[in-house]
Amino acid sequence: MFGAGGGTSSYQEAEETDLIILWGSNARETHPIFFHHLLRGVRGGAKLIAVDPRRTSSAEWADIWLGIDVGSDIALANAMAREIIHAGLAHTEFISRATTGYEEFARCVEAYTLERAEAETGVPAAAIKEVALAYARAEKGMICWTLGITEHHNATDNVLALINLGLLTGKVGRYGSGLNPLRGQNNVQGGGDMGAIPARLPGFQDLEDPEIHDKFARAWGGATFPGRKGWHLSEMFEAMDRGDLSSLYIVGENPARSEADQGRAVRLLSGLDHLVVQDIFLTHTAQMAHVVLPAAAGWAESEGTVTNSERRVQRVRRALEPPAGARDDIDIICELARRLGSDWGHPTAEQVWDECRSLSPMHAGMAYRRLEELGGIQWPCPDESHRGTQFLHARLWKHPVEGPRAPFHAVEHDPPVDRLSEEFPIRLTTGRRLDSFNTGVQTNEYTSPLRKGEALLISPEDAQRIGVEDGECVRVSSRRGSVDVNVRIEPTLRPGLAFMTLHFPDQVSTNILTIDATDPKSGTAEFKASAIRIDKIPAQVPAS
Amino acid sequence: MDIRTTGGPATAEEMAAVDGLLGEPESLWEGGERRGSDDHLAYGGRATRSRRHLLLPVLHAIQDRSGWVSRGALEYACRRLSIPPAEAYGVVSFYARFGLQPRGALSLHVCDDIACKCAGADELCAALENAHGPSGVVWHRSPCLGLCDRAPAALVERAGMQHKDRQIAPFTLAQAESILGGGAWPEPATYSMPRQAQPKLLRRIGAVDPESLESYRLHGGFTALGRAEVIGSDAVIREITESRLLGRGGAAFPTGRKWESVAKAAARPHYLVCNADESEPGTFKDRVLMENDPFAIVEGMAIAALATSCEKGFLYVRTEYPLARRRIENAIAQARAQGILKLEIEVRRGAGAYICGEETALFNSIEGKRGEPRNKPPFPVDVGLFGKPTLVNNVETLLNVVDIVVEGGASFAATGTKDSTGTRLFCASGHVTRPGIYEVAMGTPLRALLDTAGARKVQAVLLGGAAGSFLTPDQIDVPLSFEGTRAIGATLGSGAVLVFDDTADMKQVLLRIARFFRDESCGQCVPCRVGTKRQEEILERMLGGRDGDGRSDVLLLSDIAQAMRDASICGLGQTAANAIASGLTQLKVLNV
Repeated sequence: MFGAGGGTSSYQEAEETDLIILWGSNARETHPIFFHHLLRGVRGGAKLIAVDPRRTSSAEWADIWLGIDVGSDIALANAMAREIIHAGLAHTEFISRATTGYEEFARCVEAYTLERAEAETGVPAAAIKEVALAYARAEKGMICWTLGITEHHNATDNVLALINLGLLTGKVGRYGSGLNPLRGQNNVQGGGDMGAIPARLPGFQDLEDPEIHDKFARAWGGATFPGRKGWHLSEMFEAMDRGDLSSLYIVGENPARSEADQGRAVRLLSGLDHLVVQDIFLTHTAQMAHVVLPAAAGWAESEGTVTNSERRVQRVRRALEPPAGARDDIDIICELARRLGSDWGHPTAEQVWDECRSLSPMHAGMAYRRLEELGGIQWPCPDESHRGTQFLHARLWKHPVEGPRAPFHAVEHDPPVDRLSEEFPIRLTTGRRLDSFNTGVQTNEYTSPLRKGEALLISPEDAQRIGVEDGECVRVSSRRGSVDVNVRIEPTLRPGLAFMTLHFPDQVSTNILTIDATDPKSGTAEFKASAIRIDKIPAQVPAS
Repeated sequence: MDIRTTGGPATAEEMAAVDGLLGEPESLWEGGERRGSDDHLAYGGRATRSRRHLLLPVLHAIQDRSGWVSRGALEYACRRLSIPPAEAYGVVSFYARFGLQPRGALSLHVCDDIACKCAGADELCAALENAHGPSGVVWHRSPCLGLCDRAPAALVERAGMQHKDRQIAPFTLAQAESILGGGAWPEPATYSMPRQAQPKLLRRIGAVDPESLESYRLHGGFTALGRAEVIGSDAVIREITESRLLGRGGAAFPTGRKWESVAKAAARPHYLVCNADESEPGTFKDRVLMENDPFAIVEGMAIAALATSCEKGFLYVRTEYPLARRRIENAIAQARAQGILKLEIEVRRGAGAYICGEETALFNSIEGKRGEPRNKPPFPVDVGLFGKPTLVNNVETLLNVVDIVVEGGASFAATGTKDSTGTRLFCASGHVTRPGIYEVAMGTPLRALLDTAGARKVQAVLLGGAAGSFLTPDQIDVPLSFEGTRAIGATLGSGAVLVFDDTADMKQVLLRIARFFRDESCGQCVPCRVGTKRQEEILERMLGGRDGDGRSDVLLLSDIAQAMRDASICGLGQTAANAIASGLTQLKVLNV
């Protein structure tokens, strides 16, 4: 945020803050480690507010749950901002010193009255006002979000709307106040940090900045590499569709099951000239590949580092030898380079890391020895005397402000692309559960007492209306396709709202239903909002 | 919260029982019907969780109504209070009173503890077993019901819209048959207070009408509170300190010092807890005091709260004392209505767990948790109930306070010995012709008490209840003072004096004590959980004369005793071997 893609706060701050808004996140199930920190805060007296269409198990812990309609986050955030401004609770000093674009933002949110917000979100106006004022008045306050914010066609705008709230109230850059996207895996943050995103080099350095580009080119022995940003995943699929992308090398991803509009994804992957998949399991995608490169497991069979949601880089150590034939990712990549005519030698994980440190200023001080001594280090850590950074953007509170000011972004509400209609009257949202992980590649191999398989969760009222019972198989259709799935009646859902996961693609291909309406900036599809119809499957008449 | 069980929904009756206590649910999210506004908004979180302490009262309400706690009822209670069902199940199953299997509305609890054994409880139980099958279905064996002066004793309960419970003693087989056959219940048990010279603490017992504030006033009631309000907190604490009063609950901690610590504690609020969970076998003095002089206890609590600036008081009384509970509740209500009592006092009902007499276990129980003791330090004066500074005093201690405030600390200290001031209540039972409560000046020889109570051909005296120890006939000249008993390795404990004549089967008494501790160990500390079980097994083996090298078994028992003393966090585990050890070594019960 403001140039650095990471949560601003530390876990410890979640334990000591006064108010936490969990926005579009069922962290209780999907981020259990973070949620433990959050609960310490709650037990210590912090107020918890959950914003989520579903009353999730996280929301059960909340003092207030705002059950917004799917995809109305910006309407809610803008209305909150308007209330804060009108109540005179905007942090005017911070705004004038450390931000830009406030006037345009204020003009934009002025149109978001409580009445309008209530109409867009479904949440009573009084509750919106109450939450807005509570957040503004809290001495320390955090907003934490996950895929409920980002799996939308306007993901980036959603995030900006939340950042606006932090800027408006001065709740960023101070201890206990922050803006935090929670990361769903132990190393999602690390993947981005290392440049596994289209426009960045390691350390979030801009690929298109000639100076940066030259620095890397020099360090890599004058190697030539593109100076323009590449494609993100959704753009790659578009390129496949156009025929501009014909060879693909996939490392540790299962797009044949995880992509929205699965039918299309599988078709495009099948049409490639050459598909290479590097994974620890023979996933569905790997089964389609021309070449499979069996990899060692990153968390048990190889050396390296991971970076968590609080930007803490931690060491990972090899505990097991990988099974015969499986190789460390570094070995595979270096061997591939050698076969392609460029000998990179056989560097150890530490040597690779040291090279990264020499090029990425925010990692520069993180020698393996120090990572060990300090129990991990939070970036940025510019040199070996630096102990890391507990929270980001303290610079915004310096006199005068260091570095660029933080910009407000006026963003407008834009409802989900897949509109509800008479034909598709029910809003389907997708998500994850405590005991399963994404497409189940790593979790469906073992049993869990909580896991009950895929089901379409609907409210008791909808079940009654459609005339189906718990456990009954129904046909669920969207504008893209149909699946048959058993119904599970879930009293925490309201009429008109349904829920499925993507954990059991072999059982039910949920992503046949989802829409690949994609946020142009982040490349994320709108998994959270599909319009569906639920049909009773007529009893089979036995053949006479 | 993961609120789900597999029990199906609660019945309308069960929900009504819970709602009767908590009020109607306000939303779908609290277990009610869906209202339009529930679709997009819910309040809860801390506001709901802060009512967690109501879990035991809610469970009592369910049990009172249905006779047991079904899974559906439990789930509803969890939904209302925002408690994970697994955790609530842990609470229900901790307390003996709550049933997790369907039961009839009527339940009969028959005491088979030590004093009742001496009065024929074994024969009574054998006859019941013959006629109605083993304990646990129609009738239930019970540990001490605190009616040792009228043994044998029973507690009868009927669940339903009009829940009824009553203690009956002396209890006969004919009464049992009549009750189980649906007949009328006999009159509630009363008490025995043999004639004694110049009772002090007991002076109002039998003289005052325990249900009338006016009557209490006519006996000088509330003059102490009036004086305390005049002289103020510091002066009250000074008087208590000068009186050198030691706590009467068993631990004998200086009351004045405790009060001073709470008064000075910076954290707020301060809580006052009157420990009326009298469960030590052979002890019934607090019951008699609560039943017959309840206003004095309320006055004692009011003084304590005033002196230590407590914002709220709790009185935790065992569920087996229904009359005491009603009398205390009545006394509080009257004193509040008259404006004499400014302090809010809530009466909390135990649920059949001896361990809840331990102060930190009692806190957990009030907080709606399993009654497991906490580690000390921190001590209750700093971190007690709900994590706040808490003053915990026993019923008898608070009664002494009332007198001290009136007569002054120095005058109080003139009675008794130098280190044990005042008088002390003793509960004489077992093989005595005049069982009951005796008030004697500290330092009076045990022999004098035994003579008055009518003990003859004494084989042994169990002083201080199951957590105390056995005295032999040649030890009964011991002065009844803290230091006097300490000198011979004994303790006054709860004031229980259980007498056994030469006809008593001491082996069975030891076994009953071992069974008691095995039953009542809360299970938190491994040495106690396993040790009390092993202790019982070894004793059984020794008594059965099987595989017998008695000497090595005695060594094994003493090993176990040492482990429990060293590594249990509370008094239960630390004393669970005392009586048995003294029985084997002093009384030579097994000649080993």
